[in-house]
Amino acid sequence: MFLRKLRPSLGILIAAIFGLALASCGGGVPETEKAAREGILLIGNGTEPKTLDPHLATGVPESSIMRALLEGLIATHPTNDLEPEPGMAESWEHNEDFSVWTFHLRDALWSNGDPVLASDFVYSWQRILSPTLGAEYAPMLYVIKNAEAFNIGEIEDFGQVGVKALDDKTLQVTLQGSTPHFLSMIKHSSYSPVNPRAVEEHGGMTDRQSGWSTLENFAGNGPFRLKSWVTNQVIEVERNPHYWDAETVKLNGIRFYPIDNANTEETMFRNDRLHLTNTVNPDKIAYFQEIMPDKLRISPYLGSYFYRLNVTREPLTDARVRRALTLALDRQLLVERVTKGGQAPASGLVPQGIPGYGASTTVQYDPEEARRLLAEAGYPGGQGFPEVEIMINTSEAHRKIAEAIQALWREELGITVGIYNQEWKVYLDSQSNLDYDIARAGWIGDFVYPSTFTDMFTTGNGNNDTGWSNPRYDALVARSRVAESEEERMAIFHGAEELLLEEMPIIPIYWYTRVLLQDPRVHGWYPKLLDAHHYKYVWLEPEGEAGGQ
Amino acid sequence: MLKFVAMRLLQGAFVLLGIYAVTFLLVAATPGSPFSSERAIAPEILAQIEAFYGYDRPLGERFLTSLGNFVQGDFGPSAVYANRTVTQIIAESFPVSLKLGSISLLLALLLGVPAGILAAVKRNTWLDYVPMSVSMAGICLPTFVMGPLLALVFGLILQWLPVAGWYGPEFMILPATTLGLYYGAYFARLTRGGMLEMLNQDWVRTARAKGVAESTIIWKHCLKGGLIPAITFLGPALAGIISGSFVVETIFQIPGLGQWFVRAALNRDDFLVLGLTVLFAAMIVVMNLLVDIVQVALNPRLKYD
Amino acid sequence: MTDAPVDAAPAIAEDALVEGSSLWRDARARLKKNKVAVGSLFGFAFIFLFCFVGPFLSPYDANVQDLFSGAEGPSAEHWFGTDTLGRDLMVRVMEGGRISLLVGLVATVVALAIGVIYGATAGYVGGKVDASMMRFVDLLYALPFTIFVILLMVAFGRSLWLMFVAIGCVEWLSMARIVRSGVLSLKKQEFVEAAVSLGYSHRRIIVRHLIPNVLGPVIVIATLTVPAVMLLEAFLSFLGLGVQPPDASWGVLINEGQTNMEIYPWLLMFPAGFFAATLFCLNFIGDGLRDALDPKSAKD
Repeated sequence: MFLRKLRPSLGILIAAIFGLALASCGGGVPETEKAAREGILLIGNGTEPKTLDPHLATGVPESSIMRALLEGLIATHPTNDLEPEPGMAESWEHNEDFSVWTFHLRDALWSNGDPVLASDFVYSWQRILSPTLGAEYAPMLYVIKNAEAFNIGEIEDFGQVGVKALDDKTLQVTLQGSTPHFLSMIKHSSYSPVNPRAVEEHGGMTDRQSGWSTLENFAGNGPFRLKSWVTNQVIEVERNPHYWDAETVKLNGIRFYPIDNANTEETMFRNDRLHLTNTVNPDKIAYFQEIMPDKLRISPYLGSYFYRLNVTREPLTDARVRRALTLALDRQLLVERVTKGGQAPASGLVPQGIPGYGASTTVQYDPEEARRLLAEAGYPGGQGFPEVEIMINTSEAHRKIAEAIQALWREELGITVGIYNQEWKVYLDSQSNLDYDIARAGWIGDFVYPSTFTDMFTTGNGNNDTGWSNPRYDALVARSRVAESEEERMAIFHGAEELLLEEMPIIPIYWYTRVLLQDPRVHGWYPKLLDAHHYKYVWLEPEGEAGGQ
Repeated sequence: MLKFVAMRLLQGAFVLLGIYAVTFLLVAATPGSPFSSERAIAPEILAQIEAFYGYDRPLGERFLTSLGNFVQGDFGPSAVYANRTVTQIIAESFPVSLKLGSISLLLALLLGVPAGILAAVKRNTWLDYVPMSVSMAGICLPTFVMGPLLALVFGLILQWLPVAGWYGPEFMILPATTLGLYYGAYFARLTRGGMLEMLNQDWVRTARAKGVAESTIIWKHCLKGGLIPAITFLGPALAGIISGSFVVETIFQIPGLGQWFVRAALNRDDFLVLGLTVLFAAMIVVMNLLVDIVQVALNPRLKYD
Repeated sequence: MTDAPVDAAPAIAEDALVEGSSLWRDARARLKKNKVAVGSLFGFAFIFLFCFVGPFLSPYDANVQDLFSGAEGPSAEHWFGTDTLGRDLMVRVMEGGRISLLVGLVATVVALAIGVIYGATAGYVGGKVDASMMRFVDLLYALPFTIFVILLMVAFGRSLWLMFVAIGCVEWLSMARIVRSGVLSLKKQEFVEAAVSLGYSHRRIIVRHLIPNVLGPVIVIATLTVPAVMLLEAFLSFLGLGVQPPDASWGVLINEGQTNMEIYPWLLMFPAGFFAATLFCLNFIGDGLRDALDPKSAKD
């Protein structure tokens, strides 16, 4: 009798659950098929973008979206990273020593109807170089004459900086020195133009809080334009009718989903809600190779995973100790058993795959030599070796690698190292303050050229963070900027890298790969070293049209 | 009554002020800056950025300026999410959390309260042990286990329900269930405890001796008092669900407020942290006030406490 | 004349020698009758021994990896299976339990210490001091603990002991409230009046008379705080802010297991099972203690 009073509420509950379950299961077309028929690409994009302003954005999720909305002088080639794909510039010349470049712009429009002019580029580059804007990637433009001086406030007249609009359609750029790879560099989003009218109407050139890059006010010149932006849910872009090559664009729209959690993203993919994921849980790679090999994609990525060694602290002051630590690691084992993502064991700093630059092969697994070096440095069999610690930032993946390396060192060298993790911001501070023994690090190239890696370790460079300083290395890096031929330059890079690998202020571990799940309906998506894809060449093939249903 | 409410609101305002100060100091004292990133920033550029957000001014001045802005309703910009203000971020995510929270709470009440009453009435029998054990499971399995488990079973294996996103009513089921089970367990235990206390009173014994029907005792006499602990918990539970459901939001990709709490703290996004903290505190103050009013309505004797 | 009076005499005589039953004795008797609570007590004891003594009996070391075998299910050599780095799961669950239980117990003790002293003082002194002390507690209650624990963990992260303190600092609030209301109601009782009139110092009254009498509800709350702390630690592990590698608490193990539960379900089952079982037992023990210590809850 008492229970009778409870029955109604329980009954309603059960009925509701079943009702909704029945409503959503049974006979629905999967979301991926629906989107494919509409020509909309569904991409998992990592975290919520901090901003879509190309002069303020610094992360990968941001650049993926900006690439759909904006196009620079040179766009992204669909398959070949070395081939310059004409963007806003339909042709270009350079002088003998690659220090003056002239670009001829095509007829193109912004999404608000304004024509794209050479002066737009002058305006944009002035914006990113303006000291008061505080753009973090401004140093990317320092190859331009006087750009650095303007950015740090030494000169105030932008007219002295090496970029000029000769007329509405001609842009001339004067560089600090010979830069044959300039075309690779300007693909980076920091060189992106912005629509001057939109920026001026919403706060002005140097306003960091400017509202020009919001959903309502965004003006771009790329194949797509912003359609909707729901924070933490989805950013949707639709076809831009003003785009100069709109006929070539096959997709009707793209939805970028900011999903932080790799498992949630995986579940969404397997629930037919995504065409492409951002990442894959490394422990599940073997599993996916079994159950869906046609969807798993592994391709090389221009990044290097290494450990920084604080060379100002004992016993890491001794190069022999550093080399011993490096040689004692079986990197093949690590990538096969721990990271499992098809990564390449690193045999140097600069990753393989840069056309024209054969990767170094210096770093190998040589436990005998490692033990010999350690003994020579005064720690035979690991005796007397002080306890050092590996610092990682909080992450399962880094933990596993550190734990594996800790075990390997114990086995091969007989030394004990500790591991501690720090929260991200604290970890960054510790690294720049040299407040660590060994620190996990990673570096993704900004563009496809060795200098983006070798530049890091010059004396006092903000990205060095090891305390290592070698004037010969600095000299080599400086010479690379004024080398007279490409061969000479590459040789100098090799020399610099070998010098670095002799003194080993870092322990190279592996070279990145890009692992993701890709729906077979997606075409035109090729593996790229920096994972930059030109969306205008991507298209979807719905199953409904190809097969029968 | 009005005087009571006014007094509590005034006290609440002081509480908010205190919380503001404590939070401000704590964030200022915690190592790490919102602007540090894996690529080093040139010191000149960093100086510019810091000047824009006012980080270069002394602590006391920053405190007073931001407090002044706060009181006028300007919560400031987000230091990390450029061209978004704290108000925008909160305005976008709060309604989502409110919706998810309310549904979860409703579910929790529907599941927990009847279970608790049943357990109290049929004390020390199987009808007590089983619901209590099941509800215990709700408390003992963390949400970051329950959530993925439900997603795996209902989303991937059975393919009945969608597992991520917030695009329609069916997207609410799994996350609301995860949270609802957890809080439902608490409600069950609290209701059981409250009902037991009422049922053990001497006057209940007397009523039984006089021959009053058991169901009358339960529903007419004990229920009001027995629900008091559950109702007291309602306030903090709602506030907790709305702000603390970070795990559920991460696992089910829900654009709610909980994610921002964690992100703001991890990013050291000062203004966002302050805005969220004050919002949360305000919610608690208001909730507690409402709960107290309801309690007084249910049990007039409390007025004199 | 009959047998009855003769039998009754020795029974009465025995009774006369028995002392008056105290609250504690009654409580213990009631507790013994509560089968679930007693079962939970044994269960918890088993888990405790499993975690603290177990590693000495196991042939495996929690940190020895076997990269060639990777994660494998339960087998004769590894009763719980191995994790993705080839480490024996049973030993890791044992050592994880050590850490989780330690965190739970120590943080609870910290919370107890602060909460009891704070609450007893507020309740005893009363008046404006009490009001302002409780307003301060209200203030702390209204702080979103997510943000605060994260900031505290970031500031103190490296030391396990400081983590206990940080967590304890978040949990002492309910303790203080309960102790305060207990003390408030005790204050009105006659034995306190007597003590005051006898001229005992305030400290003596608080420590020797009031605190022992609120111990009942305090013990109950303490047994229920331990699981709350353990859950908090698990949540911190989910965020990556908990225990440092290669040590792992149950929270860390559960988090690892949860990401791979589809392909390596044992990695989740065992740690989560032990975690849930511990929380289960502690909650039932707490419930049992509460029922036992409340005089009115005796069955007729």
